Amino acid sequence: MNAWPWIALVALGAWHGLNPGMGWLFAVSLGLQNRSRAAIFQAMCAIAIGHALSVFVIIALAYLVGQYVSATWFGLAAAVVLAGLGSWRLLRGRHPRWVGMRVSFRDLTCWSCLMASAHGAGLMLLPVFVIGGGAWCGVSSPSPLKSATSFPGFYNSIPGVCVHSLSQFVVAGIVAWLVYDIIGLAILRKSWFNADLVWSCSLILAGLLMLTLRV
Amino acid sequence: MANSTFGLSTNPLRWTVDPTFYPTARLAMEAPAERYAYVAGLAPDQKSRSDALYVVDVDPSSPKYGQILSRTDLPDIGDELHHFGWNACSTALCPYAPHPHVERRYLIVPGLRSSRIHVIDTKPDPTKLQIVKTIEPEDVFKRAGYSRPHTVHCGPDGIYLSALGAPDGGGPGGIFVLDHYDFNVLGRWEVDRGPQELAYDFFWHLGHDVLISSEWGTPRMIEGGLQPETLLGAKYGHQIHFWDLRKRKHSKALDLGSEHQMVLELRPSHDPTKTFGFVGVVISLKDLSASIWLWRRRSGDWEIKKVIEIPAQPADAANLPPLLQGFGAVPPLVSDLHLSLDDRWLYVSCWGTGELHRYDVSIPDQPKLSAVLPIGGIVKRTPHPQNPAEPLNGGPQMVEVSRDGKRVYLTNSLYQSWDEQFYPDGIRTWMVKADAGADGSLHFDPRFLVKTEDHRLHQVRLEGGDTSSDSFCFPS
Repeated sequence: MNAWPWIALVALGAWHGLNPGMGWLFAVSLGLQNRSRAAIFQAMCAIAIGHALSVFVIIALAYLVGQYVSATWFGLAAAVVLAGLGSWRLLRGRHPRWVGMRVSFRDLTCWSCLMASAHGAGLMLLPVFVIGGGAWCGVSSPSPLKSATSFPGFYNSIPGVCVHSLSQFVVAGIVAWLVYDIIGLAILRKSWFNADLVWSCSLILAGLLMLTLRV
Repeated sequence: MANSTFGLSTNPLRWTVDPTFYPTARLAMEAPAERYAYVAGLAPDQKSRSDALYVVDVDPSSPKYGQILSRTDLPDIGDELHHFGWNACSTALCPYAPHPHVERRYLIVPGLRSSRIHVIDTKPDPTKLQIVKTIEPEDVFKRAGYSRPHTVHCGPDGIYLSALGAPDGGGPGGIFVLDHYDFNVLGRWEVDRGPQELAYDFFWHLGHDVLISSEWGTPRMIEGGLQPETLLGAKYGHQIHFWDLRKRKHSKALDLGSEHQMVLELRPSHDPTKTFGFVGVVISLKDLSASIWLWRRRSGDWEIKKVIEIPAQPADAANLPPLLQGFGAVPPLVSDLHLSLDDRWLYVSCWGTGELHRYDVSIPDQPKLSAVLPIGGIVKRTPHPQNPAEPLNGGPQMVEVSRDGKRVYLTNSLYQSWDEQFYPDGIRTWMVKADAGADGSLHFDPRFLVKTEDHRLHQVRLEGGDTSSDSFCFPS
């Protein structure tokens, strides 16, 4: 069994987990506000659920679309959407203008879902699923795109999405706990590099990669 | 528009967080000392020349310390510069709308009379300012339905501005928002304004999603000068309003009593978990006193009470302007106040009596007066130590406190038409600096006395931020 798609899914999850803008910072601020470590854990759960929800919606949509278009067109469309979103974010980066500092579990789940969708978190998994298609289908298919565009592939992608989400949750949770209990918020000033810039470029690259590898 | 698409709206993004952003107020107190002050300059007659933005050297180790380094004239006459603010500040770190890689770089400078808003770039050379965008009054009228923009605060999700009134000069005044990437007017902020009609200042308790606004008067009530009949009729503002910052809805109005006329500057605690703040009242109809009020939330409900009263000082009618001669006293006219970033010290300017008061507000409802620094004043005309022989007019008006809380800057002009009523001999402008000791003391720096004949100096903004332009989402 080919391991790289799994590694890619875990790495992408960890990358989202590390980005302060994707949730852990929100969890820390709620912990600080309520002076409670439990608040951080609760917030992290909401954030992980929102993130996983956004990813699942995109994967489901992609597989639905895959039912109706040929593999070639599917790959092309995914590539264009990825590169397009990356370019748009690069040129006109925006953050959602929603909620505030007092949020319920549901608010936070929605916020995280919105944030992940705006970042294209689910879209970024498409190349991994499409290109590495054979890895989790259990079928050794010479053309991964065939399995990617067949609907049963959706169920096969569930473990992948779960692994990705778990990785995001674990990494973000550890960072949140470290910042809250040990490092302190001053770390933001030194270490919060422009992850969005890297992410936008990654989206574009992933799009290009899909174009190149298109069979 | 090409400029705004690729120059401003893409916001020159940084790779690391802007070094002037701090997650908490306590961390911001460790910021390096400011080297430059940006100061609004108001053309004395609003007819013969345009207003300007000054850059003043505030670095004690610089050979030009206490001198004007540059002046940037605005293109039009009659803007009436007043307050202004930064495009971005520490709120960029707020977790729900993070954008920490924009720069604190542009000054958002509204014309209080013209309703024109200039966006002024402080980079690459902080002493050579450049106007990079002009929002015309019509844009503000059309997109926000407001006019006379006043306070500017960089919020977590946009740049918020208050406005004194409607385009026709009546009410209501309110708040509108600019996009913090391209500075376009996004529109009116309020979804439900409830009973609120008058506007002036606003600020927030970010940790509680609460916005607070105060009341002066509509443009018609103030632009021609202080109207004695409006004042004696108790028609200027005497309330503060609490809003749901998230839902943009009015939630509560607190009335200070109609004898307390003109409720102006709002200074909430910088710690976002706290729910108290101070607001100044210019004048009481009962005895011409000024007062400072404390608002706070107790068992879920907002309340307000007077915690400081500054009495009027008896004066010979011959030394008073016509407006005050009948009273035989000079009112303190508290026009500005500032709270240090540690929420411990409150600075209150008395523009009428010519005094700066410093209070220890460690226990917010029991302020202790720790120092009084006299300068200028309607009657006293106290000189500055640099030139003890020269009486000064105007009084301490706008205050700005450095982030570390050690330096306090003051200027002496209030508002063009009102300046003439209280200082009929014409404000001769000055900007001074006081050193604030950890022991509660306050002393003028004899090396720092900035003067100019061309403009009247108004609000001061400090390089990297100051106590009234930054707010924080994380508790200290």
